[in-house]
Amino acid sequence: MTPSEPAERDTDIILECRNISLAFGAVKAISDVSFDVKKGEVRAIIGPNGAGKTSMLNCINGFYHPQQGEIAYKGKVRKQMRPYEAAATGIARTFQNVALFKGMSTLDNIMTGRNLKTKTNFFEALLYWGPAQKEEIRQREFVERVITFLEIEAIRKEPVGRLPYGLQKRVELGRALAAEPELLLLDEPMAGMNLEEKEDMCRFILDVNDEFGTTIALIEHDMGVVMDISDRVVVLDHGIKIADGTPDEVKANQNVIDAYLGVAH
Amino acid sequence: MANSDRAASLGAHDTFPKLLLRNAEQFATRPAFRLKELGIWRTWTWAETLEQTRSLALGMHLIGLKRGDKVAIVGANRPLLYCAFDAIEAIGAIPVPLYADSVADEMKFVLEHAEARFAICEDQEQVDKILSIKDELPKMEVLVYEDPRGMRGYTQVFLHDIATVQETGAKHHESAPEFFLDEVAKCSGEDLLGIFYTSGTTGKPKGVMLSHANVLESARHLAEMDGMTPHEDILAYLPLAWIGDHVYSMGEGHVTGFTVNCPESSDTVMLDLRDLGPTAFFSPPAIFEGFLTQIQIRMEDASPFKRKLYNYFMGLAKRVGVDVLEGGNVGLGDRLMYQIGEWMMYGPLKNNLGLSRLRVAYTGGAPLGEELFNFYRSIGINLKQLYGQTESSAYATLQRNGDVRLDTVGPPCPDVEMRIEEGEIQLKSPGSFIGYFKNEDATKETLTGDGWFKTGDAGIMDDAGHLRVIDRAKDVGTMNDGTLFAPQYIENKLKFFPFIKEAVAHGDKRDTVTMFVIIDLEAVGNWAERKGLSYSNFVDLANIDEVQTLVAECIEEVNQGLASDSALASAQVTRFLLLHKEFDADDGELTRTRKVRRSLIADRYETLINALYSDVDKVDIENEMTFEDGRKGTMKATLKISQAKTFSAGELKKAG
Repeated sequence: MTPSEPAERDTDIILECRNISLAFGAVKAISDVSFDVKKGEVRAIIGPNGAGKTSMLNCINGFYHPQQGEIAYKGKVRKQMRPYEAAATGIARTFQNVALFKGMSTLDNIMTGRNLKTKTNFFEALLYWGPAQKEEIRQREFVERVITFLEIEAIRKEPVGRLPYGLQKRVELGRALAAEPELLLLDEPMAGMNLEEKEDMCRFILDVNDEFGTTIALIEHDMGVVMDISDRVVVLDHGIKIADGTPDEVKANQNVIDAYLGVAH
Repeated sequence: MANSDRAASLGAHDTFPKLLLRNAEQFATRPAFRLKELGIWRTWTWAETLEQTRSLALGMHLIGLKRGDKVAIVGANRPLLYCAFDAIEAIGAIPVPLYADSVADEMKFVLEHAEARFAICEDQEQVDKILSIKDELPKMEVLVYEDPRGMRGYTQVFLHDIATVQETGAKHHESAPEFFLDEVAKCSGEDLLGIFYTSGTTGKPKGVMLSHANVLESARHLAEMDGMTPHEDILAYLPLAWIGDHVYSMGEGHVTGFTVNCPESSDTVMLDLRDLGPTAFFSPPAIFEGFLTQIQIRMEDASPFKRKLYNYFMGLAKRVGVDVLEGGNVGLGDRLMYQIGEWMMYGPLKNNLGLSRLRVAYTGGAPLGEELFNFYRSIGINLKQLYGQTESSAYATLQRNGDVRLDTVGPPCPDVEMRIEEGEIQLKSPGSFIGYFKNEDATKETLTGDGWFKTGDAGIMDDAGHLRVIDRAKDVGTMNDGTLFAPQYIENKLKFFPFIKEAVAHGDKRDTVTMFVIIDLEAVGNWAERKGLSYSNFVDLANIDEVQTLVAECIEEVNQGLASDSALASAQVTRFLLLHKEFDADDGELTRTRKVRRSLIADRYETLINALYSDVDKVDIENEMTFEDGRKGTMKATLKISQAKTFSAGELKKAG
């Protein structure tokens, strides 16, 4: 695959987390973590289990509100952001355990991702014929492009609950893409996949980054994947940032090695 | 019939581009091609098809394509790639289609041998494959791709996107409107249409040269034989590089003006078949076997009431179905029940598979099991067998309506002469090729001086004038006791069972017949799950004792059938093993049209064959395999060998 030139990409910072601290009662999930995400890059967030990675993502998303620190998204510092505000301003995410609507088809699930891009009101929708129908057709066309992009045409009408795990994750990625995000948060997109499924998922993530210029922040455990596809990596351990840099820098960092392998006593 | 006579009978429209021009006038607003894209069917009329083809032809001319140049075409069935054939032919260049799933090495051989200067690729994958071998192809100069996805970062100057090529072509047409017609007029029916490389069960691929007349005459006859009208809808899903697809889709489509529909992707073919409900359908036996397997698997999971219903109506169909189809004598009561069956069972079944609108279905390329054949005809599908090869433009024999027999491939088609010389089938057909490209020796071996084509198949003509194909002449052997050993005969009987996907029999110059069996992962997996047997992969499943017994029972049924024929009683299968992996074209074990390569398999699995002919009950095997991207790896497994019961000659079939 020929990568696009780095010089073409904007080096603006799209997201900046400053001194984030998050605690649940006495449990300090995140302590004073700061890092940034550049526009158009693939940023990996890694760390042993319980390091606070998903909590970090939830803070960016607006699910959790950190007690201290602030998050600046596209230059605007946010106070308390709600998840729907995050979505409306261009952040979309996937979930660790797949949060699709199991009884709905693939197509319908991805259509729900277009919700915030739908402008017709309740009464127009009741009537259907006219503006609502026209908009439905436009939305459907966009969703079909996402389906073709992710090569899931064959399961368009299948109820999602019946699909194998790897395909469900792909559908969830589709739903996130349907929202046309500028920042895509992926929570362990490769979990539970075999080698072939992982390679396919990697290819789609890279394609999204390459073709649409979407910034991607992903949590991932598979070191091979992280090293191969990310531009920069931030490492958390027990809620503290222990490393931040390119994959090669992070790989050689002694703190990181200790965190994963343990220190001999 | 001389090439020039054939060309004359087509009249003024003796080439594909000329037929395109005719259709654009005669059928201007009728659909020529459809493609399912983004979930909906998009249509091109004949008039639009002409525009697309013309702009592509002129565009290619402007980027340097010259008369006589060879152009490789590689990709899936897409209208624009089909147009590419006509576009290339219009300006007198020669298309050379390649199988889309070829690995780079296979492509290198063909591209080098054909001396291809241009290549039209469907997408990034195909482009990458050619780029990886381009340094070894000094003649290859220009690549054109259809799908721009992923192509943003490519900077090579010789790489063109088809839309741009067509744009420049369309502009040129405005300034020189006579150019296209002038170019098209320069070709005639005797001229070379294209070079179709056969995958060949032995040796390297050979480039079969076919003229426009070869393909169009064959297509014209085929269309007449089954009354094709411009209103037909067919699904084009078989490989673009295969002559069968070219004659049936492109050929008949151009001759009659009917619509060629292209599926969305290879995964969605069966769904698109249901969507479309084609009126004529051509498929190798494997697809028909697949349908039946699917039905049988799903019936096993159905409620007892539905199963009873299915068994009752299928029993009725077995008894009277074929007579109903052929207009034979059927009692009133049975006819009534059959009609009820049509509403309740056969109709919905056909609808589910997408076969409701079928007027005629063809199969060929490999023998179809008798029982399978009967199944389809008994539920009202006019399934007919045909026989042909690339060298005869797939036009040799075809069963006629009302005279369909189970164990033949029909009488010779109109204008085909056929004879059996020393057991080998030889024929003269309007579709007979001009020769093998750059391979005088092979051409001399296969085409006699007076135009007879030696097919290399063993066969006999029965009393009714129908041809019966026995096997590849090279594969027919003799056992040590003199019994005729025709491996395909035994293998096909076994492949009727849904549990068995592929089988290879051994017995030439041996005392007994033994077999490799490859189980059908889906069917056997389903069966195992219902029995509560767990397995983690194909090898695991094959090694389960109950699965071995299951296959043994299938083999024993086949043995019973063989035992009842005294000539074949000694050909019963004595020992067998279940292979640890399916055969794969990437490993060379199958051709790209899914035919088994016996000598390669015999070499590669020699250890296993020796084990089968000894006393051991298990054997280790280690062999190399090729991944889809061309890399190699090794596979190790231990396989169990089982005995199968044989029966004494003349023993009657057990009941039930």
